[in-house]
Amino acid sequence: MRKILSLIFALMLVFSVSSCRYQRLSEGEEEEEQILTVSDPSYYEKFKGKGISINVYNWGEYISDGSDGLLDVNTEFENLTGIEVNYSTYATNEELYAKLKGGGAEYDIIIPSDYMIARMIKEGMLQKLNLENIPNFANIMPKFRGNLYDPHDEYSVPYTWGTVGIIYDNTAIEIPEDGIDWDILWDEQYKDSILMFDNPRDSFAIASLLLGHSINTESFKELKEAAEKLKEQKSLVQSYVMDEIFDKMGAGEAVLAPYYAGDAVTLMDEYEHLGFAVPKSGTNLFIDGMCIPASSSQKEAAEAYINFMCEPDIAYATTSYIGYSTPNSAAFEMLDDEVKNDGISYLSDEYIEEKTTIFNNLSDEANLEMQRLWTDMKSTEESGTNKWIVHIFLLACVALSIGILIRRYIKNKKDIF
Amino acid sequence: MKKTLISSPYLVWMVVFIVVPLAMVAYFAFTDPAGNFTLDYISEVGQYTNIFVRSIWLAAIATVICLVIAYPVAYILSTMDKRHQGTMLMIVMLPMWMNFLLRTYAWMTLLGNNGIINTVLGYVGLGPYKMLNTQGAVVLGMVYNYLPYMILPLYSVMVKIDKSLYEAARDLGCNGKGILLKVVLPLSLPGVMSGITMVFVPAISTFIISRMLGGGSNLLIGDLIEMQFLGNSYNPNLGAGISLVLMVIVLLIMTIMNQFDAGDDDKVLM
Repeated sequence: MRKILSLIFALMLVFSVSSCRYQRLSEGEEEEEQILTVSDPSYYEKFKGKGISINVYNWGEYISDGSDGLLDVNTEFENLTGIEVNYSTYATNEELYAKLKGGGAEYDIIIPSDYMIARMIKEGMLQKLNLENIPNFANIMPKFRGNLYDPHDEYSVPYTWGTVGIIYDNTAIEIPEDGIDWDILWDEQYKDSILMFDNPRDSFAIASLLLGHSINTESFKELKEAAEKLKEQKSLVQSYVMDEIFDKMGAGEAVLAPYYAGDAVTLMDEYEHLGFAVPKSGTNLFIDGMCIPASSSQKEAAEAYINFMCEPDIAYATTSYIGYSTPNSAAFEMLDDEVKNDGISYLSDEYIEEKTTIFNNLSDEANLEMQRLWTDMKSTEESGTNKWIVHIFLLACVALSIGILIRRYIKNKKDIF
Repeated sequence: MKKTLISSPYLVWMVVFIVVPLAMVAYFAFTDPAGNFTLDYISEVGQYTNIFVRSIWLAAIATVICLVIAYPVAYILSTMDKRHQGTMLMIVMLPMWMNFLLRTYAWMTLLGNNGIINTVLGYVGLGPYKMLNTQGAVVLGMVYNYLPYMILPLYSVMVKIDKSLYEAARDLGCNGKGILLKVVLPLSLPGVMSGITMVFVPAISTFIISRMLGGGSNLLIGDLIEMQFLGNSYNPNLGAGISLVLMVIVLLIMTIMNQFDAGDDDKVLM
């Protein structure tokens, strides 16, 4: 019995390890315990002893939790300021939006992506930030300021950024890395070995890039063309997934998958056979920014939190732990040269300038249309079984009705006797 | 008086967590975001007919397979020595001790192209077969996850059948097959009905099984509803509309099934 138990335990361990995201570690090096120094300790003093608490709502696995010698961000913040942090996580921008829209939950810090920030600004769901309370905003690289979704940096402070590229299996793909572009996801040769985003926005963006449209297009005609392109691809796609990519690519189940650079870095550390290609024809650049919802009542404490997140040491811990790129120039300087020049997390300024586009919010009509086309694309069937289903269904209905009639008849007869 | 007092915790529960949410679903389904009455969302459900048909079809197949597997098992269990019944029942329940998601996730590793089944088949020179990301995999996931819900009600009804009825039937010249058809089957019908309900209803509204095993391209109603809330456009009204239509369909199917129920036990199902 004990043996079986230990076997089960071992299996569970293997399972949890394989589904965990790994942080980047420079191999063979002994990690030193990171020690926090903040630029202006007196700034954080004023909250002490007031019993304030803030609710932070972040993406899952998106903050340094104190492992591998890096700082435990939330604990450090609590120790420094005396503000209690209630930390919870979400999985998608849409989940965050639905939660805030539904009401009933009060958050003081949220970290949505670019287009969601724009949407929330438009719908009055965010508070304006007082940048005087966030002196560390100065650390944010100029190229990540004044973004399209928040042109005057009034509502958000960039937390991390990254690009979408193609994770590929270098044992199965013989093309050199710089030869890989979006069209490879439509290559018959890799039928049933291609994974695709299970969300319309990212999938439509890829189709639009391939067609030469803007990824922020609101034209119904262009959206329709993109949907047609995705429909064309459907028979080649093995499955539409999000975080399952980690397991599927790791296990060699699939050989091609578009995904976010930060996660690709994590995956590549774990698996030798995976590579990451940045499509030369251009891609989507995403920025996740820290915002304060309109419903927050602890604005100053929340701003202190944002400021704290922009401390070089903290931003360094964050980017080292989660693998996504940092917009913080001071933290960037702290990184190893190897990371700075890996060609995945940090791309050349020319490429970013010329080839990448940030998502903007789409109009409600365009969003609805995209959702409709997406559902339509996903629910069309290539096989011809569909026409029989209706017939069998009808037959079953008829058989059931006859059955009921016969039963009634027999029952009535019984009652007579 | 006493009865109402005892049942009050559940009554409160029912009102707060069942009646009010249902009323809200109905409210959302018939209003637009501004709160005006509209029938548009219900009509819009019409364009998803193929998803409805597929959901009903897959859930029906899964239910039938569950019934075919569970019926003999429940019968054998109920006629077993009392001492072993507890152990066997525990084995039936065993998979349910594990998390639902984990169990479904495990099937992904089993069925994949490089999965355990295909690897084993590879040793004997077969395959690899495409098993994951098909409708078959979705049905398999449903059967695997909901089978205990079919076995348990069948078993609990069958175990209550008086064993002297079997002896009486045998005395009167009935063979094994006759006992099964003329004694066990009619008496176990209420169990069959509740088993069907307990498998069919969760199967038709599942979304995680089709997501994980169907590869995201075999959309079911559950996925469709989920997409209205967590998809690209936040559309709770359409989501509520689809949920309402689904409820009506389930109600209809259950009413039809109820017609077959053994006369005296009409109340078991509803």
